[in-house]
Amino acid sequence: MAQGLERRSTTVYLWELAWILPSFAIPVGMLVALAVTAFGAGIHLTGDQGRVEPQKVAEHPLFKEPGVVETAPGQYEVRLTAQIWAFAPKEVRVPAGSTVRFWATSKDVIHGLLVPKHNINVMVLPGQIAFAQARFDTPGEYPIICHEYCGIAHHTMAGTIIVEERKR
Amino acid sequence: MTPSEERLAAAYALVALVALFGGMTTGFFQALEYAGLEIYPKLDPVIRSHYHSLTYHGVLNVLVWTTFFISGLLPFLAARSFNRPLASVRLAWGTFWLMVAGLVLAAIPLVANAATVLFTFYPPMKAHWAFYLGLTLVVAGTWLVTLNLVLTYRAWRAQNPERRTPLAAFMSLVTFVMWTIASAGIAAEMLFLVLPWSFGLMAGTDPLLARTLFWFTGHPIVYFWLLPAYISWETLVPRQAGGRLFSDPLARTSFVLFLVLSTPLGFHHQYVDPGIHQGWKLLHAFLTFAVFFPSLLTFFTVVASLENAGRARGGKGWVAWFAKLPWGDPSVAAQVLAMILFAGGGIGGLVNASFNMNLIVHNTAYIVGHLHLTVGTAVTLTFMGITYWLVPYLAGRTLWSRHVALAQVWLWFAGMLIFSPALHELGLRGMPRRTAIGHAAYLQADWKPLLPLVGIGGALLFVSAILYFLNLVLTATAGRAPAPAVPAFAEAISGPEYAPAFLDRWRPWIALAVALIVVAYAPTLFRLATTTPLSSPGMRVW
Repeated sequence: MAQGLERRSTTVYLWELAWILPSFAIPVGMLVALAVTAFGAGIHLTGDQGRVEPQKVAEHPLFKEPGVVETAPGQYEVRLTAQIWAFAPKEVRVPAGSTVRFWATSKDVIHGLLVPKHNINVMVLPGQIAFAQARFDTPGEYPIICHEYCGIAHHTMAGTIIVEERKR
Repeated sequence: MTPSEERLAAAYALVALVALFGGMTTGFFQALEYAGLEIYPKLDPVIRSHYHSLTYHGVLNVLVWTTFFISGLLPFLAARSFNRPLASVRLAWGTFWLMVAGLVLAAIPLVANAATVLFTFYPPMKAHWAFYLGLTLVVAGTWLVTLNLVLTYRAWRAQNPERRTPLAAFMSLVTFVMWTIASAGIAAEMLFLVLPWSFGLMAGTDPLLARTLFWFTGHPIVYFWLLPAYISWETLVPRQAGGRLFSDPLARTSFVLFLVLSTPLGFHHQYVDPGIHQGWKLLHAFLTFAVFFPSLLTFFTVVASLENAGRARGGKGWVAWFAKLPWGDPSVAAQVLAMILFAGGGIGGLVNASFNMNLIVHNTAYIVGHLHLTVGTAVTLTFMGITYWLVPYLAGRTLWSRHVALAQVWLWFAGMLIFSPALHELGLRGMPRRTAIGHAAYLQADWKPLLPLVGIGGALLFVSAILYFLNLVLTATAGRAPAPAVPAFAEAISGPEYAPAFLDRWRPWIALAVALIVVAYAPTLFRLATTTPLSSPGMRVW
C-alpha cells in the first residue's frame, strides 16, 4: 500500500513538472515578446505630462486656444479640451501622411479619446494632461469618440478627423 | 455542520439570486438597445435611461450577486471541510444583516436615479452619499466574513496542530484573505476621498487618485470572483464527475500564488491613464503575466482531474474521454461548459494585459465581450451549476427539472458563443463600451452587421436566465422531498500528505503579498496623494 502510494505520487510529480516548466516558460516568453514589440515598435503610452487644474484649463498655455497647430512640415499638434458633451475642436483637418500629436484634458468629469484603427486611445481626466500620437496616411473621415461614460448624452460626444489628399 | 450554516448560506443565496435576476433583466435591455430596439421609454420611471439600466446591471451582477453568493458559499464549504461549525454564528448573522443594510442603503439612490454612475463610480461624477456608504458597509461585511473564517481556522488548528488544512477550507481562507488585502484600495478611496466629499466635508476630489485606488481593488476583485469557481472545479467537480482531484499540492500552490500575486497589478487597467509613469505601468504588465503562471497551474489541475473522471467512466483516447463526462448532470455540465468558455476569457485577458495591444481594445466593446466570458460565464455559469445542488439541498427538495436545467446550461453556452465574439469584434472595429450605441451619433458602417448578433445572443442568454429562475422557484415551491446530498469533497490522486508544510504557513505569504504591493503601488500613490490639490468639484451629469 505504502509502496503503491509512493509510485503513484512519483507519476503525478513527473506530470506536474512536465506542466510547470512550460507554464513558467510561456509567460516569460510572452513578456519578452511584449518588451520587444513595445520598445522595438516605439509604442509609447501616455505618462506623467503634468497637471492642469480643471477650473483653469483656459489659462494653461497648451489649452488657451484649442485647435490644430502645424509645428513642423507634416507634424501637427491637436490641443483638445473635453467637456460634457463635446470636444473642442470638434473637427481636425490634416493632410495625408501627417503625424498628429494629441494633448488633451477635461474641464469637468472623466472623458475618453478614441480614434478607431489609429492607436489613439487615451483617458481624458480632469486635472491631468493626456498625450497620444499617430500617423494618418489614408485620406478619409475618422470619428473622434468619447469612450468613457460621461453622463446622459455621452453617446453624442464625438468629433471628426478629416484627412485630406496631399496637394501636389 | 449545524442548521445555522445552512440557513446562512440560504439567506445569502436568496439575496444573490434576486440581484442576479435584476442584473440579467437589465442586461437584456442593453442587448436590445445595441440591436436598435427602443425599450426604455416604456420602463420609465423604474429605469430612466440606458445608463440607469447599465448601472443596475453592473452593480447587481458584479457587486451584489458575486459578493453575496461567495460570502454565503465559502463559509458553508469551509465549515464542511473543517468538519466543525463556524467560530461565531452570531457574528455571521450580524455580518449578513450589515451587508443587507448596506445593500438597501445603496439601492435607494440607485433606484431613484440618484446614483447613475455605473459600478465603477468614477469621481468627479457624484452620486448620493447613501450609495457610497452602502457599498462601504458591504465591503466591511466581507471583512467580517474573513474574521469568522480566520477564527474558525484557529479553533481547528488548536486541535489539529500537525495536519494540513483541509483543501476546500484552505482555499476559502486564501480567497477571503486575498480579498481583504486587496479591498484596502477601495476602502481608502471611500473613507479618505469619496465619503467626506459626498457628505460635503471636502469641496473637491482627485479623479486620478480615486481611479488608482479603485483599480487597486478592481483587478483582484476578479480573483475574488474566480477563486470560488476554482474551489468548486477542484474540490467538488472531480468527485461529481466520477473521478479524483489530480493533485492537492498543485492546487494549494496555485492558491498561495494567487494570494501573493493578485493585487500588485492594477495599472494594467490604467495603461492609458495620464499621470502614471510608463515604467510603473510596465512593472504592472510584468506582474500581470506572472499571475498567468498560477492560472496555468489551475488549468492543468482542473483538466487533469476531469480526464481522470472521464477515464474512470470508461473514456479512452487523447480527447475522446471528454465525451464520457456525466453530461446529464446539469451541475457538472454547467461547470465544464464554463471552463471551456473561460479558456477564451483567459486568452483575451492576456491581450488586455499587454502594454501594446491594450491600445486597441481599452474601453471598447472588446472588454465587454471579455468580461462576459470571465465573470459572466466562468463565474456565473459555475455558480449556477453550484446552485443546481445547493438550492435543492437547502430547500430540502429535489431539483424540479433536470432537463430544463440542461437546456438552460446549453442555452447559456450557445448564447454566449454568439454574444461575446460579436462584442470582441465590435471592439476591434472601434466601438466604445458603456455607450447607448443604438443612439450614438457616430455609428460606423462596419459595426452595423454585428449589432443584431449582440441582440440575438443577449436574447438567448435572457431565455436561459428565465429557465434558470423558473427551475429554482419551482424547486423551492413544487419540488419533492427528500433533499439530495451535498456533493462530497473529491479525494486526490496526490493528496495533502505530499503538500510541503510551507504551503500551510500564512505569515510569509501575506508578508510577500504586502511587500509586492508596496513596491508596485507605494511610489505612485504617495506622489498622487501628496501633490493633489483635490480640485475637482463633484457633479451630477445624468
